[in-house]
Amino acid sequence: MNKMLVIDIDKCTGCHVCELMCSFQHHGEFNPRKGRIHTTVLLHDEIAIPVVCTQCEDAWCERICPTGAISSTVLPESGSRVVQVDKEKCVGCRMCVLACPFGNIEVREGHADKCDLCGGDPLCVQFCPRGALRFVEGDEREAEKRGKWAKALAGSYGEGE
Amino acid sequence: MTATTGWNSKVLRIDLTSSSATVEELDRTIAEEYIGCLGLGTRYLYDEVGPTVDPLGPDNKLYIPTGPLTGTGAPGANRYMLVTKSPLTGGVANSSAAGDFATAIKYAGFDMLILEGVAERPVYVFIDDGQVSFRDASDLWGQETEETERGVIAATAPDAKVACIGPAGERLVRFACVMNDMGRAAGRGGVGAVMGSKRLKAIAVRGTGGVKVADGPRFIETVRRCYEALTDPYVEHFHKHGTPGVLQLVNSYGGLPTKNFQYGTNARSEDISGERLAETLSVRPRMGMACPACPVACGRVSRVEAGTHGGVGAGPEYETIGMFGSSCYTNDLEAVTRANFICNREGMDTITMGGSIACAMEMFERGLIPRDDIGFALRFGDGEAMVKLVEMTARREGFGDLLAEGGYRMAEHYGHPKFSMGAKKQELASYDPRAIQSMALAYATEPRGGCHIRGEAQDYSIYSVVHWHITKDRGIEEPLDPLDTDHPEFVAELQDWFRLIDSGGLCNFMFYLGMDEDQLRDLIEAATGMDMGGHPGLMRIGARIFNLEVLYNRRAGLTAADDTLPPRMLEEPLPDGPGKGYVAELAKMLPPYYRYRGWDEDGNLTPEKAAELGLELPTEA
Repeated sequence: MNKMLVIDIDKCTGCHVCELMCSFQHHGEFNPRKGRIHTTVLLHDEIAIPVVCTQCEDAWCERICPTGAISSTVLPESGSRVVQVDKEKCVGCRMCVLACPFGNIEVREGHADKCDLCGGDPLCVQFCPRGALRFVEGDEREAEKRGKWAKALAGSYGEGE
Repeated sequence: MTATTGWNSKVLRIDLTSSSATVEELDRTIAEEYIGCLGLGTRYLYDEVGPTVDPLGPDNKLYIPTGPLTGTGAPGANRYMLVTKSPLTGGVANSSAAGDFATAIKYAGFDMLILEGVAERPVYVFIDDGQVSFRDASDLWGQETEETERGVIAATAPDAKVACIGPAGERLVRFACVMNDMGRAAGRGGVGAVMGSKRLKAIAVRGTGGVKVADGPRFIETVRRCYEALTDPYVEHFHKHGTPGVLQLVNSYGGLPTKNFQYGTNARSEDISGERLAETLSVRPRMGMACPACPVACGRVSRVEAGTHGGVGAGPEYETIGMFGSSCYTNDLEAVTRANFICNREGMDTITMGGSIACAMEMFERGLIPRDDIGFALRFGDGEAMVKLVEMTARREGFGDLLAEGGYRMAEHYGHPKFSMGAKKQELASYDPRAIQSMALAYATEPRGGCHIRGEAQDYSIYSVVHWHITKDRGIEEPLDPLDTDHPEFVAELQDWFRLIDSGGLCNFMFYLGMDEDQLRDLIEAATGMDMGGHPGLMRIGARIFNLEVLYNRRAGLTAADDTLPPRMLEEPLPDGPGKGYVAELAKMLPPYYRYRGWDEDGNLTPEKAAELGLELPTEA
């Protein structure tokens, strides 16, 4: 088992519920800016894109951390790999913020703050009202994508005959 | 009990005359007795804006309250309200919109903004968390709303959220609206004209804080139940087709205003249906543009070919299509959308604009408005003339200057106010009250005038909502017959119940699509730590807010005689559809409604009822 947080951009309506629930879970207040997940709404392109830590296999934030506060582990229930921050060791030096190319780790209230998959049952997924966020087996999403294209291809073969 | 969370407990009072701002403590007694948003704004308006104040004069004030739930993760917790004295009705105006502007007020640390006085020159106000600055808006004056929003964001902060007026508000069009977040409208009552009269072009808010709640576990558990209640298949229909998805249904009940309410059915309704809109002009169902914390995302975004007033923009919603498409009888979604885009960009209410043009069309066809006054023929179905008139109204050009006063004043100018289909001089929405009788009572008694949204009496009949206390507590399991006139008390309860939704800061669509009062009560209690006193306690607050609006109107000179409808509704039987042969049975429904409300025959709140609600009656008549 290796569950991952997967995003279907097609289904996202930019409602920011993920940010609100995340900030509430981890910071005790509804504040989209304190979410560890962020949805960027491109108004005139009619598209909204949620972005959250992808829990890199070889995480640059982990590599650069001078105090060893960032480490990878596998969550027992979901089998998910997660890159996590030990607040006791973190000094808030922001090297991880510099290292992450995606902006998915920030320093808040003195410590590095990033997605920890809520320990294996992410609240953002529980509340995403349109199913744009899911917590599923790592290869499930790829299988779905292949299946979708296979169907499309099959359709085009049918039309050609 | 003291309120601790949900609210920020701060009100920002901005004086435009002196370019100064002060932070006041929120009066917690008011917060507890009126919850927030609609209730809060109404109480402040009642206390601060006297009966003789000119709505467009320097002494009127603009209250912009949010609710204790605004900015939380509860479904639809995204509303703000503009409360002021209406230049259209002379009574209360309260107009609500959703969007990031609403939540930004909360995140900036305030529960309500108050704008008073008049700026010497055009200004906009930038509220950056606790910092307030007054900026010159000379360059923005005259600009359309979308340009204004972009301009203000460029000059302030990329994450500032903006509400603004367009040229119509500047020119004091009596039904000018306030637009926020690129296409959301606080449409009704002329709130944009009040902003224009203060030479206030825009308000930008950047908020970095958050909203805390008193009882986190209870709040989250309630939010979970709310989202579970919003899985009805109708939520999906609403997501796909938005409000226009109801058009065919309203037509099937004979309640779709056609040719200025001369008919209740439109044989060509399919051409302007939500389904047709989705197939033709919809860019796609506003993906990426849900209001904050909304599981539905009902808003439309449409594209019409470039050319006059083309492009991409928000809308059209059902009411807009009902007015421009059916009441003006254009039956042409492209014309409707162009008219809608002008209204959005110039900043005008689409309902009053469409209703006023439909009225002018009928009067022209009856020979009551000379062709020379308009400059061209104005017949039902002429989309080009309609679009032209919308443009002329925004600019107050020619006949547009008269239309800018609203349909009632325009019709009165020609000596025939009876052709204006409104209540308290504000146009009715897209429901014919002869086919949905409870709407007759709701329209006539609504303090802000012709309105479909503060008391959605259409919900428990044609929209089959049966999960609210109104029907559930009476053991009623089936929707009410729309022609029923025996339950005026339902309308009173509904009006009070909707006051609560609007005071919490939630979108009322959430309730129509599945949520109920118990969930609202749990949310408010968990957020604020208050005990609402169960169903009776909450409903008492709803009635208090409603009655305070009425008291405001009575003090301002509106009487029971204004609780009425146009003669057409009262005297001309509907000629078609399921409501054929019916007039609006107001005379039958009003007396029992007044009794249920605890009002005397003249529509005045009795001292006994006032005491029960904790309201003080005004000392002078």
